[in-house]
Formats: sequence, C-alpha cells, structure tokens
Amino acid sequence: MEFGSINPVLLVASLMVASTPILLAAIGELIAEKSGVLNLGVEGMMIVGAVTGFIVAVQTGSPFLGFVAAAAGAAVLAFLFAVLVLFFLSNQVATGLGLTLFGLGISALMGQGYVGIRPPASPRWDFFGLSELPVVGPILFNQHPLVYLSLILVAATWYVLRSTRMGLVLRAVGESHDAAHALGYSVHGTRIAAILFGGACAGLGGAFLSLVIVPQWTDGMTAGRGWIALAIVVFASWRPWRVLLGAYLFGGVTVLQLNLQAAGIAIPVELLSMSPYLITILVLVIISSDRNRAALNAPASLGRAFHASH
Amino acid sequence: MTAPILTINGLTKAYPGVVANDDVSFSVGRGEVHALLGENGAGKSTLVKMIYGLVKPDSGSMTFADAPFAPSSPQEARSTGIAMVFQHFSLFEALNVAENVALGMENPPPMRELATRIREVSDTYGLPLDPNRMVGDLSAGERQRVEIIRCLLQDPKLLIMDEPTSVLTPQEVDILFQTLRKLQSEGTSILYISHKLEEIRSLCEGATILRLGKVVGSCDPREKSARELAEMMVGTELKTPTSAAHEPGPVALEVSGLTVRPASPFGTVLKDVSFSVREGEILGIGGVAGNGQDELLGALSGEMLSEDDAVKLEGKPIGRLGPNLRRGIGLQAAPEERLGHAAAPDMSLIENAVLSARVRQNLDRNGFIDWRKARDFAEQVIEAFDVRTPGPGNAARALSGGNLQKFVIGREILQSPKVFVVNQPTWGVDASAAASIRQAILDLAVAGSAVVVISQDLDELMEISDLFAALNEGRLSDPRPARGLTIDEIGLMMGGAHGMEVAHV
Repeated sequence: MEFGSINPVLLVASLMVASTPILLAAIGELIAEKSGVLNLGVEGMMIVGAVTGFIVAVQTGSPFLGFVAAAAGAAVLAFLFAVLVLFFLSNQVATGLGLTLFGLGISALMGQGYVGIRPPASPRWDFFGLSELPVVGPILFNQHPLVYLSLILVAATWYVLRSTRMGLVLRAVGESHDAAHALGYSVHGTRIAAILFGGACAGLGGAFLSLVIVPQWTDGMTAGRGWIALAIVVFASWRPWRVLLGAYLFGGVTVLQLNLQAAGIAIPVELLSMSPYLITILVLVIISSDRNRAALNAPASLGRAFHASH
Repeated sequence: MTAPILTINGLTKAYPGVVANDDVSFSVGRGEVHALLGENGAGKSTLVKMIYGLVKPDSGSMTFADAPFAPSSPQEARSTGIAMVFQHFSLFEALNVAENVALGMENPPPMRELATRIREVSDTYGLPLDPNRMVGDLSAGERQRVEIIRCLLQDPKLLIMDEPTSVLTPQEVDILFQTLRKLQSEGTSILYISHKLEEIRSLCEGATILRLGKVVGSCDPREKSARELAEMMVGTELKTPTSAAHEPGPVALEVSGLTVRPASPFGTVLKDVSFSVREGEILGIGGVAGNGQDELLGALSGEMLSEDDAVKLEGKPIGRLGPNLRRGIGLQAAPEERLGHAAAPDMSLIENAVLSARVRQNLDRNGFIDWRKARDFAEQVIEAFDVRTPGPGNAARALSGGNLQKFVIGREILQSPKVFVVNQPTWGVDASAAASIRQAILDLAVAGSAVVVISQDLDELMEISDLFAALNEGRLSDPRPARGLTIDEIGLMMGGAHGMEVAHV
C-alpha cells in the first residue's frame, strides 16, 4: 500500500485533519449566506477564534475550554458585524472586509505574549481499540473529536435546510426578506442567529488550526483559509455535501503536495504550493458550471440590506 | 345581517410627515364581501397591515368575532382567523409550492400530507396546482392560486385580498369571483381592496371609501355607477382623455419574427413577435404581468439586442443597435420600474434628463455636459407636464410616484420621438395624473408619432389604443382594431383562463 514514500492511509487520515478548519468555516458561512447575509469576515473570525482558543487553552490547560472560548470569541466578532450590517444598514461587503482586517490586527495584538508556546495537547478518541484496525482504523476511529463534529455539522446542516421548518424559514428569509417579513417571520432574528452560528463555526475552525494542526500561535496563521472557505461556499452552490467535497479536495491537495515536496518530486515548489487553491476552484467551477441551476440555489436576497418599510 | 365579524374603531397611524390613517372606523359583516376603495396613497395598505398585525396602530381599537383584537404579529392574526392575499406577492421563487404554503401556515402538517391537502383543496375550488413545482416557474395567475390556497387551508373567518385581480385575465377574474362567492356562501367574510370599480360593483355588498387616510364615505356599490364611485375616491370630477381626429401615416416601427432570450432564469422568452405601428397610431399591448412585457420593452428600447432585421425603424434595421443609438434616430422608451430603471433614484432631475436626452437634445459638447441646456430641458419637462417638485435639482427619489412618472414620460415625449414605447404608463399613479399622462400620449400620436403602450390595465388600453394585441407566454397575438373588441375576446387573446376551472361542488 505504499506509493514511493507516500502512504495513502495516512494521506487520507491527515487530509481530513487538514480540511477541518476550512470545512467548519465554510459550513458556518453557508448558513449565514442562506439567510441572505454575505459575511466576508470569515478570515478575521477564524483568526480571532484561533488566538482566543489558544490563549484560553494555554491559561486553563484545557483544550476543550479553548474551543468553547474560540467559538464564543469569533461569535462576538460576528455579532459586531451583525449589528453594523442589520441595524446600521452598513454595506455588507465593506463591513466584511473591515472585519477581516480588524480580526487580523486584534489577533496579532492579543497573541503577542503567546508566540512560540506549545498548547496543551487534546486527546484523541479511541473507539475501544478500533483504531488498531488496518486502513479504516486510522481514518475513521483515530481522529480528533472536532473532525467528527465537523462531519456531523455537514449532515445536520443538510438535514435542517432540507427537512425542517427552521431550515425552511432560514431559506425563506434568504430568498426574499420582504415576503418573509410580510408573513411575520423575524428577518433580523433569523439573520443574527445565522451570523452568530457562522462566527462560532469559523472560530472553531481557527482554533483547530492553532491548537491541533500547527499547534502554535503565529500572526496571520490562517493564511487565506477563510477566503477559500468563502469561495467553496459559492462554487458549491450553497449545498452542504458539495462544501464537504470542496473542503476535502482542498485539504487533500494540500497534504498531497506537501508529501510530494517532501518526496522531492521535480516540480517547482511554487507550483505545488498554489496547486490546492487552483485545483479546488477549478473543480468547483466545473461542478457549478450550469449557471441557471446554480442561480436557482443561490439565496436571492444575498447581500441586500433589509429595512422594514410599512 | 348579524353582528359584524370585524369592527374597526378610530384607527390612527402616522408616519413621519404623513398621516396614513386618520380615525378610520368601519365594520365587515359575517359572510359579507366588503370593498375598501381609495386611490394609491389613500391608506388602504396601511389599514390592512394593521388588521394583519404587521403594523401597530397609534390609537384606536378593533374587535374580531366579538372579542377585542390587537394582533402583535401576523402569526397572531392568522391564528385568530385572518388570512391575507398580498398585492405584491409574498412568495418565494426558489421554493416549491408546498414550501411556500407551509410558510404561510401556523402549524403546517408534514410535507407529504400538506401536498395531498393542497391537491384536495385546489381541486375543490377549481384552482389546479402541483405542490412540487417551483414558484419561480409559475405564471402570475398560478402564483396567485398559491396565495389563495395558502389562505384557504387555514379556514379563515376573514379573508383580506389586496388588489387580487391586477394580474389576472378577465376569465381568471371570473373564476376567482366564483371561488370568492363560494367562500362567502360558506360564511367567510372578505375584505376586498381594489380600484377596479366594475369588479367591486359586481362582487361587493358594502364599501368604505378612503381618501388621504380618512373615511370619506360608505355605500352599497351595487347601487352606484362606476363613475360615481370614482368621483367619491378622487373627490373631484374626472376628465376623460380625448383625441383629435387624424389619419395614420406610413409604417414607423416594424417588428418581425422577434425572438429574444431573457437574462434572468425566471424571465420570459419572446417568441416570434411580429407587429407594425404606423405614424399617428397607438398600439396597445395587454397581457398578464410576467408574460414578456419587460422583455418586449427591452428588445424595443435596445437594452436587449436581437437579429438586425427583427426590429425596423422607418424601414432601417436597428435590431443590433443599443439604447443610445436608437434614441439618436428617434426611438424613445419609458420602462415600467420608475426608480432604478427609468430614473436613477439618487440623481437630480437634471441629471436624469441628461441620461436620456443627451443625444437628441445636444446636451453635451466635446464630452462635457452643457448644464445650462440640461437644466432648461428639465425645467421644460417639469413645466409642460405639471410635475410637482421644488425644482429640477431635486433627487428623483424625492418625487411621489405620479410626479416622477409624469417627469419620465414627459422627458421622452418632449424629445419628439418618431416611435415612443412605454410600459405601464400609469401604474401606481393617481387618477388625475393618470388622465393627464394618457392625454399626453394621445397628443403625441396626433402630432404624428407611432406609440406602443404596454399595460396591464385593460380599461386604459381600450381608452387610448387604435390597435390592440396581447402578450401571452412571450407570444404576441395579431393586432386588431381596439374599437369594438369585447372583454371576452380580449380575455381569449390574453390566453383565456390558463387551465383554471370553475369551482366544483
């Protein structure tokens, strides 16, 4: 089962880990966008989650509390965005970009004393020795709890959007906020909840990066993953399972190209480094190339300010 | 008649700068079809929004079914037994019929059960509907069925209908009325809002008339003539537009085999549209909204390009010319949407005048705008068309609908076009402004221009057109002389009942 120096089982196991931050951020953004809010601040919320989680985990010694704090911290930032966009009717694109810049700045400030420290390691779940099984063991039964959580979130998002009243109201608000308001649904309430959920997910993704993947704090460590998450949501036509596909594709190519670099393949490092971005976007563009069908699934009120006028 | 189902007592609602409802009182009896009459801006919409719980009144009270009633949300109004069919549809295009219905219900059953019930109810009332279809793919008439069925599934005691027939063909209106009469016979009260007076005369038993937020009268519409009702609404006598006798000249605009695909997924494809209009002639194009009106205007104005030969102005093919080139050779257009299409909302009237009239009125020199000339032209429009505004420097957004419409139409007409195309010239405009706009269109034709009027208001088309044609699903019927057409014939040209049936039982 070995191709040169690359072990496919380890490759799959590690691509799931590498993809999880993007998957979490993208599924959160999917919910926010389905409610009609375009939050370009994913990158900022991710890195604030990364630093908050890191600080709390180091201070308390508990990775669990770190993740909770990461979700809360990023949600606070998202709440700021919600207030500006929903109540002060500021432009969503500009506010989102501002949120990213603000997040990058404040995270660098908060993390000043924490560069070069190792965070407490979080335990892996071992399913009664199932992780010893060949092939499926390392892939399915020896992952970090957050990897399972991210997969559960994808399934839950799909189910909630498709079959529950809550999901229907969310889609309705994103499709036409005026009609939803006329029928008596709270446009602002729904959108605040969706934005906060999006923030919490992005924060978890960021903390997974700083506490598990790297694990260390460095300035700007999210390195554009928030933007990739945004792109994945659009090119996945706002479908949860395609978001999963996009995120794993990105994570997969990332891990593969690192392995190829390590194996000393004669391809310029620069090309290998850009390959995850290129390949992910290329594949998703091809999937969503039927423009009419993609437009059908796009929330029609996306990015439009809602002001209840009577 | 027994005790009223809904009594309204002194409802008042003020917004900054305007009192939308001022001490409004009336009542709707059980099983009564009650009309609420008034011009645009008379306060009808605010009033029903208060009944439906969307807007809180400043003062006053309501009773519903003998109990005090002050809904704080539409959910509360619905659970008390009030259902509403909205004027601008409250539907979600990218959701299917069943999902749309579920969103308007308090405790919807599971989707599969709901789909069965939608089929049952739609069958009983003769409004066939497939619960799995996407609403964006439905015609305007079908969309309205979705709204009505959403209401019927809740067994309402009071059904509010806000301008329900503005998007229906005459045949569809007939069927809607039979459904309403059946509901009435089952004991449902209906509050019916419309400005179509003949409909109200045939359907309603009582009417309350609003003007500028106040109740100015009530009557039994069956005992009044449409003209009397109109004058109660407006408060003055109405002038009927007249046209001087004139002979049409040679063909000015010729459209043959025009086929255009729309830009948006829910637009209508124009299929093989052909007609010609002579100088001095007015062609009225009727049809239910969403059957290709916007696309036809776009294809004529130059916003959407077509085969070169499909559109000809005085024999010259212009199908591949853009809007400014078409304006230059004398084809002017005024689209339906005033804010955002016909005019840029945040720009002044002068700037808006330049946007359309630059070419024909030479409002620029060497790429620089001649502001003095532009201001003169804007002032000319304001003066000639009696646009009520403090001055040409005001933003388009600040004008009322009727005044902006007069400005937009005046701007095109004063450029003395050879061909003038207008979509919905009097939509949302009060009766006296509408009369002056129609008069201006008639005068333009007398002066020798060819005019195409696209409208959903059949009375308007019958009043001003020489020829009548109807758009139905992107196809245009053969134009026929408007004089002598009956409502039945017009309805059939518009596509008849679109598969609706008379209520069973």
